Amino acid sequence: MVFQKMLTFAAGMKFLYNALTTFGKFMILMGRTFSLPERFRMFWKQYVKEMSQLGVDSIGIVLLISFFIGAVICIQMKLNIQSPWMPRWVSGYTTREIMLLEFSSSIMCLILAGKVGSNIASEIGTMRVTQQIDALDIMGVNSACYLILPKILGMLTIMPFLVIFSSAMGIMGAYGTAYIAHIIVPDDLTLGLQHSFNPWFVWMSIIKSLFFAFIITAVPSYYGYTVEGGSVNVGKASTDAVVMSSVLILCSDVFLTQLLS
Amino acid sequence: MIEVKNLCKSFDGLQVLKDISTVFEDGKTNLIIGQSGSGKTVLMKNLVGLFEPTSGQILYDGRDFVRMSKQEKVRMRREMGMIFQSAALFDSLTVLENVMFPLDMFSSMTLRERTKRAMDCLDRVNLMGAEEKFPGEISGGMQKRVAIARAIAMNPKYLFCDEPNSGLDPKTSLVIDELLHGITREFNMTTIINTHDMNSVMGIGENIIYIYEGRKEWQGVSSQIMNSTNKRLTDFIFASDLLKEMREAVTQQHQNS
Repeated sequence: MVFQKMLTFAAGMKFLYNALTTFGKFMILMGRTFSLPERFRMFWKQYVKEMSQLGVDSIGIVLLISFFIGAVICIQMKLNIQSPWMPRWVSGYTTREIMLLEFSSSIMCLILAGKVGSNIASEIGTMRVTQQIDALDIMGVNSACYLILPKILGMLTIMPFLVIFSSAMGIMGAYGTAYIAHIIVPDDLTLGLQHSFNPWFVWMSIIKSLFFAFIITAVPSYYGYTVEGGSVNVGKASTDAVVMSSVLILCSDVFLTQLLS
Repeated sequence: MIEVKNLCKSFDGLQVLKDISTVFEDGKTNLIIGQSGSGKTVLMKNLVGLFEPTSGQILYDGRDFVRMSKQEKVRMRREMGMIFQSAALFDSLTVLENVMFPLDMFSSMTLRERTKRAMDCLDRVNLMGAEEKFPGEISGGMQKRVAIARAIAMNPKYLFCDEPNSGLDPKTSLVIDELLHGITREFNMTTIINTHDMNSVMGIGENIIYIYEGRKEWQGVSSQIMNSTNKRLTDFIFASDLLKEMREAVTQQHQNS
């Protein structure tokens, strides 16, 4: 019994040690990342490229998913919550609140963690195993700053737009159920969307998404940058990056929601 | 000139480099040879600063690279060029952009001057006409030549090549060897090449260092290899039957004359 407890304690300590070591390495990498770029001309070029690659190229999937989720939420609310004892604006109101408070920031970032996170981890990981990062270092380039900083800043810049587009598209999806599927009366939906609107919720959604934007770029960058070995390890790093980013998004969502509400 | 003094490197208690001392001279093609796993690449990675030596000194024209601050090392690295075994070209950039990269990063030239310099380097490695292609669209030999062009773009004082001939056919290997040798002479660089290629050893080796199990076993020039009495070196060099026969023929010729 005592031996079993000791084993559990040792395993716990090992886990804690690994977690702290990883966090320490992550902080060192971020220290190197957040330094002045050698050439602003090159940084700007990378920054614009990353905004396009990580942000603009994600608009399609964000709009598509947001449209259908907005429609589905509206249908579910209408079918499961709406009743003669409920005000007629309830479906529109709940759809708006869910889209604005959780879907457009947290859930959308979880989706982006899969798309963007795996892309970043595999790109940087491949650069590591093919010695492209070593080549940068030998040239005297701060490889962390050159590769990671434009990704983080690019995603931070484009994320508020993605949140706004997502919310707007979700509401359009809800209108789709009203005008195309005739599940809800359009006037009721409009009434619900306008009911007790609190503009702070928009800001809250944007602020949360900025934290998530940092997570879905910095964490996969770390996993890619520190990969060792070959293509199998790049694949593993990519998977680990997505899992870790998703977990961190969910954990930080709890704290941020409590903090900002 | 690069001086290495009592260089040691260990990984988790396992000593990979054991007390290596040597000198790599200016304007010469210095070759590091040895079996796989003997520590050649580790030695080179120590020289360029990708690994920190456990002990010892690396002096670049008298400047101690190991004791330098991070900033000094970054400045020092701008005097180095390196050609990796895999060429390590940036996949997302064209051939011209790859060669221009160090110039874009560190030179104060105008765009026209940078482009001209990059084109001159590509011309030097006979790659005119491939500037708009991506690394994935060109052959392994061409990739190595692009890597050479990129490495010399900033006029480095020290050029490091990690197995530049690996994966290339003998004819292309000769082209790469001649190119590296020519560039070394032309720019009076200190060139250090890690190689397994015996053609390179015999052809361009002006200063050859043989590493055996992390230790410097032998140092000399290519003409001395034929007459060397070091068993480990001769076992390594004349491992192939063809070279063995060649050596016997040379020895026979000497005895007859």
